[in-house]
Amino acid sequence: MNDQGAALIVGATSPIARAAAIELAQRGWRIALAGRDMEELARLSADLQLRTDAEVKTFAYDALDLDGQGDFLHGVARDMEGLKGVLVAVGAMPPQEALNEEPDRAAHILSANYTGPALLLQHAAKIFDEQGLGWLAAIGSVAGDRGRAKNYLYGSAKGGISLLLGGLRQRLAGRGVTVTTIKPGFVDTGMTFGMEGVKGAADPGEVGKAAADAILKGKDVVYIPAKWRLIMFIVRSIPERIFKNLKF
Amino acid sequence: MPELPVSSRDVESLGGWGNYPTAPARLVRPEKMSELRLLKGGQIPRGMGRSYGDAALNSEGATILTTRLNRLLAFEPITGVLKAEAGTTLDEVIHAFVPHGWFLPVTPGTRYCSLGGCLAADVHGKNHHRAGTFSSHVTEAVVRTADGECRTISREENADLFWATAGGMGLTGVIEEVSLKLHPIETAYMDVRHTRVRTYVEAMDLMADPSTDDDYSVTWVDCFAKNRSLGRGIAMTAHHMVKGDLPLKMEEPLKLKVPKEKAVPFDFPNWALNSFTLSFFNSIYDWAKGRKKSFRAPILDYFYPLDAVHHWNRVYGKRGFVQFQCAIPNDGAREGMGKILGAIAEGRHASFLAVLKRFGPREKGLLSFPMEGWTLSLDLPMKEGLLDFLKELDRMVIDYGGTEYLAKDARLEAAAFHQMEEGRLPAFREALARFDPEGKFASDLSRRLELRS
Repeated sequence: MNDQGAALIVGATSPIARAAAIELAQRGWRIALAGRDMEELARLSADLQLRTDAEVKTFAYDALDLDGQGDFLHGVARDMEGLKGVLVAVGAMPPQEALNEEPDRAAHILSANYTGPALLLQHAAKIFDEQGLGWLAAIGSVAGDRGRAKNYLYGSAKGGISLLLGGLRQRLAGRGVTVTTIKPGFVDTGMTFGMEGVKGAADPGEVGKAAADAILKGKDVVYIPAKWRLIMFIVRSIPERIFKNLKF
Repeated sequence: MPELPVSSRDVESLGGWGNYPTAPARLVRPEKMSELRLLKGGQIPRGMGRSYGDAALNSEGATILTTRLNRLLAFEPITGVLKAEAGTTLDEVIHAFVPHGWFLPVTPGTRYCSLGGCLAADVHGKNHHRAGTFSSHVTEAVVRTADGECRTISREENADLFWATAGGMGLTGVIEEVSLKLHPIETAYMDVRHTRVRTYVEAMDLMADPSTDDDYSVTWVDCFAKNRSLGRGIAMTAHHMVKGDLPLKMEEPLKLKVPKEKAVPFDFPNWALNSFTLSFFNSIYDWAKGRKKSFRAPILDYFYPLDAVHHWNRVYGKRGFVQFQCAIPNDGAREGMGKILGAIAEGRHASFLAVLKRFGPREKGLLSFPMEGWTLSLDLPMKEGLLDFLKELDRMVIDYGGTEYLAKDARLEAAAFHQMEEGRLPAFREALARFDPEGKFASDLSRRLELRS
């Protein structure tokens, strides 16, 4: 299979990221898996190589190391050669109620979900702008489309990333770099497993595969499954004076 | 119910593959091995839920879904040993390794089951008479016992725990990893022969004779046929096709052909089955008449015809169905099979799939099902009078010194099972008492059959 280049996946231990990595590997990409849990990354790396015969390397990544985002990225670029893609898949939050009780806990969580990844993407944009080639992507969420009492800290971080990607998209248009925002709806993972009222949660394997597909096709903003595009359009259309009194 | 450190989901009604019985369940689904290790006490692991009855149900504790623990960890190309997390399915192994010339050494009739489940049930396949059970090819496994310790088990290390775990129905602890020796293949095709047999005796003769038998062999039996046609059927024998037997124009001998899957989206009405299947069988039987030549079948079509119809258990309607599978020893097997098949033909409990097969020598798994002799398996739609009828069959099995398959059982009574297994149950109970003195690992099956002292 022709070498497509190297793709960096940050937050690689998430089930969506894992599935995206498998799809990219099957399509000829060399893969860099980055995250905090090195033991888990080692397992995922072995799994990926055995399933796809792809070249895989693992890297430690700390979203909270705001000053180190650039160094991290340059380190990966040196090690992997031909880095042409960066997918940011970090993101997980303790329940909103816990953060309402203890606002201090929100501080580093916002850094991990927004600031760190935003800086990483900013560094990546510079590299790709200079090489005139590549793709950038992040897993956002439909939760980032509108602030809701139930999860506004998570939502605002995801919403922020979405806006950032929009800006990068405009900056890099015509420069040979595509920027893709992936917005999954409810996904069947540990985050939603015990939750009440979650119906029809999507399989993370399918979401990851669809995400990789959308990225390689150079799509702009993708809702997965597609029905969420309509759902969120409606949700966004509700006037604020009504929305603020809703309890969903 | 114990407190759980990972999020759980309560389900009102969970069943096995036959959807009988069903029970409420508290499910937990760890996303990775480190999360699995947070769980303690009052559990039964559940892989893909392909056991038919209540082996993976636990109304008095939690049920651990292992489906997300499916990482392939290592492969040694010289020995063919694959190490993987226990939630990995046979289907995943097939997709990753058939293109590289490896297949499963033993496989049951579905590929959507987990490695851990295969070891816990010590599954067998169409090649048991030559290749033994699943555990025969497991070089090593990792089990986390009730005390929280992770133990590596094999024939050489912690052998007593190994043999308690093989066929131990998940009661010795959570199987975390399995190392399986894969079987080398040259092509992704099988060389298959169908031979019509007029009675079950003819079937047994064919399968016992090395000149007519093969690496894989089973007989599909028409259990409606009576008297002089008792046990008539189609013997299906096969072996892996070597490269030399493929037509020259076939370019990729190891390319896996995946059959198109059809889903059964709804439950069939209960009456739909019998008249349909009767005529279906007859037409296949007539077609098989006089067929002497062997033919080529893609590997997945040969091993997993039912997987192509996802949720085929829905064909049996909402009442669900019960599987009956017994093994009886060689001594008296002809008479025994005749009696059992006769009772089935006489009774009004028809079965679509009745399979007769020869078993090879018994392995050392303390409760591992296969015993040298013969096995008959059939599924029966749940209806009035069925449970009593099956008790009659149980008595016949006991009379002929046989036993029944726990991976399929949903209704056996403890007393009957204890009679069948009076030779082996004490050793199993002793092993459970040693490795799990507080009885942390339990299932509705283990309680129903009183598998603990």
